[in-house]
Amino acid sequence: MREESLKLRPYLDETGVMIGLEIHVQLNKLNTKIFCGCPLDYHDDGPNTHTCPVCLGLPGSLPVINRKAVEYSIKVGLALNCSIEEHTQFYRKNYYYPDLPKGFQITQYDYPIASSGYINIEGEDGEVRVRINRAHMEEDPGRLVHEGGSIERSKYTLIDYNRSGVALLEIVTEPDIRSPKEARRFLDKLRNILGYLDVVDTTLEGSMRVDANISLSGGSRSEVKNISSHKGAERALLFEIVRQKNLLRRGGKVVQETRHFDEARGVTVSLRTKEEAHDYRYFPEADLVSLKVADWAPGIAKTLPELPDARRQRFITHYSITDDHAKSLTSEKQVADFYEQVAAEVDPKLAAVWIADVLKGELNYRDLGIDAFASASMVQLVKLLAGDKITEQSGVEVIRTILDEGGTPDEVVAAKGLLKAGSDLVTAAVEEAIAENPGAVEDYQNGKQEAVNFLMGQVMKKTKGRADAKEVRKMIIQRV
Amino acid sequence: MITVSQTLEAIQDSSAEEVVSQCIDRIEASKFNTFITVAKESALEVAGETEGHTSPLAGVPIAIKDNISTKGIQTTCASRILGGYVPPYDAHVIERLKEAGAVIVGKVNMDEFAMGTSTETSHYGPTLNPWNTETVPGGSSGGSAATIAAGEVPLALGSDTGGSVRCPASFCGVVGLKPTYGVISRYGLISYANSLEQIGPIASNVADMTLLFNVIAGHDQRDSTSVPGEKDYTKALVDDVKGLTIGVPKEYFGDGLDQAVEKSVWDSVHRLEDLGASWQEVEMPRTKYALAAYYVIAMSEASSNLARFDGMRYGLRLEKDHDWHTTYSEIRAQGFGEEVKRRILLGTYALSAGYMDKYYLKALKVRTLIKQDFERALKSTDVLIAPTMPTPAFKLGEKISDPLTLYMADVNTVPVNLSGVPSVSLPCGFSNGLPIGLQIMGKHFDEKTIIRTAYTFEQNTNFHTKAPEVV
Repeated sequence: MREESLKLRPYLDETGVMIGLEIHVQLNKLNTKIFCGCPLDYHDDGPNTHTCPVCLGLPGSLPVINRKAVEYSIKVGLALNCSIEEHTQFYRKNYYYPDLPKGFQITQYDYPIASSGYINIEGEDGEVRVRINRAHMEEDPGRLVHEGGSIERSKYTLIDYNRSGVALLEIVTEPDIRSPKEARRFLDKLRNILGYLDVVDTTLEGSMRVDANISLSGGSRSEVKNISSHKGAERALLFEIVRQKNLLRRGGKVVQETRHFDEARGVTVSLRTKEEAHDYRYFPEADLVSLKVADWAPGIAKTLPELPDARRQRFITHYSITDDHAKSLTSEKQVADFYEQVAAEVDPKLAAVWIADVLKGELNYRDLGIDAFASASMVQLVKLLAGDKITEQSGVEVIRTILDEGGTPDEVVAAKGLLKAGSDLVTAAVEEAIAENPGAVEDYQNGKQEAVNFLMGQVMKKTKGRADAKEVRKMIIQRV
Repeated sequence: MITVSQTLEAIQDSSAEEVVSQCIDRIEASKFNTFITVAKESALEVAGETEGHTSPLAGVPIAIKDNISTKGIQTTCASRILGGYVPPYDAHVIERLKEAGAVIVGKVNMDEFAMGTSTETSHYGPTLNPWNTETVPGGSSGGSAATIAAGEVPLALGSDTGGSVRCPASFCGVVGLKPTYGVISRYGLISYANSLEQIGPIASNVADMTLLFNVIAGHDQRDSTSVPGEKDYTKALVDDVKGLTIGVPKEYFGDGLDQAVEKSVWDSVHRLEDLGASWQEVEMPRTKYALAAYYVIAMSEASSNLARFDGMRYGLRLEKDHDWHTTYSEIRAQGFGEEVKRRILLGTYALSAGYMDKYYLKALKVRTLIKQDFERALKSTDVLIAPTMPTPAFKLGEKISDPLTLYMADVNTVPVNLSGVPSVSLPCGFSNGLPIGLQIMGKHFDEKTIIRTAYTFEQNTNFHTKAPEVV
């Protein structure tokens, strides 16, 4: 199998960059929190409105595991090619922080729900495999709101426990990533897979939070926390590489430490060194019984959807489209679904070109999702193009107009008169242009190529741009 | 002491309101410092509402240990750090009691966070033993047992982490049960050592204790360790031990055992033999490691369970706020008592990197061995009988300054919590006017057999008819 032929990354370049990521994924598509029945639809409500004795950690309250959260976690584990443990167990991670109402976080330690998986990504040197060490479940702490914007400037801090107890899945990779760009690609791929699984709404703030471990050869590892976007991850890592390189070049030492990423300034600052590291005193959470999850996995495996890599392969073979197009079309589940709806009605190759190369670009430019464009409109547009009814240039204009002003392709074409001019009309316009501009004709005959462009402009003016530029050029050259 | 049937009769003759009102008068006049909070207003209101109800405990007053969450009634764990904390929710057992018509008259004294064997570590001062006010009532549920011995209320709830129901039951001459781990929901019980503890019923006699147990037992989906128990435990109230095999573990009769206690317990075994049971000695060789394992596990869990008390959301608050590090530290420094701090520190140490293997994980191994001891001993026997406490109640102040000696007093109660089996303590004699407790331990989920044994013993003896003179 192709998958199996992928070897572990053997190389390190001269800087020896090694990056490992820890991604906290909020399972925010669940109805309720991980250990209580509080609903997750708190984003439009005021602070501390979605709480109960359990997620507030009131004395005497006890956690009860959300079965669906376990199922979602197994689903992600399987999609990341992990093995699901026979038994899974919760632990307490003991530390004090104002967002943590119990003084400990319920998480996993030994016996995480999933372990030893991998994701393949487009690396600096072709497709590479990034191994997943483990994925474990835990509870999100509350959210601190620093009045005044930052810890430094605020006079006091408020705590919102609506987020307290939201199910998190922490995915930990091996240090198989070799560059900030690869880190970003890994995160994009992971987000794509999670989107396919329908377990997380990645558009919600804080739904994917990243900590990155990075080291250069000859130095210790630093952990960068507080990265909230994929772009942020790339920037934070770039900064760290430069910082560590400079330190090493000057004969300094990179110490093992935890650093904080200041997104606004694009820098990392030291939070604590190894000596100040916490001893979390992990020990089993006796309030939750161990779960025999091995029995759950086969049933959940059956519910797994087709994942991006498999879908990409199918697109290539089934629709005979290029690898690049297939990759682009499957990088987001909604886009792939959109493509398949269109490809069912029209030429799949032409549809791939117009969706992957044109529509996605126009959407990105406007920061819009695929839902901003109706698949029926794309079908109509591809039919117009396939039937040679409009020019490619007009096709782009149709897409732009629909995104900016609305309407259907037929409506836009009619309103703007974009239907290709008939050949009689074009021939007549060419004749007219030649008759009206003998000077230009002469120039061309004397070897002045630019004269053709002038004549083409005249023809386009007469046909109001509805003529195919290539054809017009051909006709003019033939005539003169 | 007052029984439930006497109370129900009194309600018939007058009214629940009248009975509860008299009960509160007794509590307010108590000389034993049994209550931390008296819920006079709500109790009288609830009593009025139970008029005409046929539920099993309609109008019957009950005292609740102050580590069980009661909606609208201050719950302090006898600690300064929880002063003024009024929970917004009821523990599962409280919901059950309310459904059964019981009237919560208030919250009773205890060792701070249930850490103690004498009720002397309470921030609200020690409870006194009604049999002799110079002695301790036992602990940590000292207020629960003492209020019953003093005839203030007929029923009380305690909690038992390492003997905290059985020890005060023994010292106060009342009946207390530590059920099998999981039989009573812990939802709302403020954790000290959550893998060890259970809420337990306390009453003046086996029948009342069983009636209360019947009301509060049963599955609760809010406690993952909760299991469905028996439907009706009162069916075990049968005066018959014919064919019963009793195991007597010799390790429970070790150094420091009071002679009067030893004699009373053996007399009890022989009394049951006369009634048709047989007995044999059994070996439980790992018992000697139980105390050390218990304290390591309990303190480790406590260090984590008590981390939430930081004064941020409820309880003690300082006059002036500082940064959170300072505020947390000061609140915990001022809010916790000596013994609580000792256990948090020792537990933190036992879980620390480099020490965990040596202490916590080793204690877990011992725990498994203790469980095996029980399984083996109960294979050839139906129940195990031993002294609850090695001595009758000791003097106030006698052991409090010497924690190790105090911990030693738990030697016969902690193995039960490590193994999770049920155990009941009931009076079986007196020494110098102080009660002696008989401990009957059973198989996991076999409360019925220990209840039947205890009931038969009680029906054929008169220790339970004795009460301290309360003037």
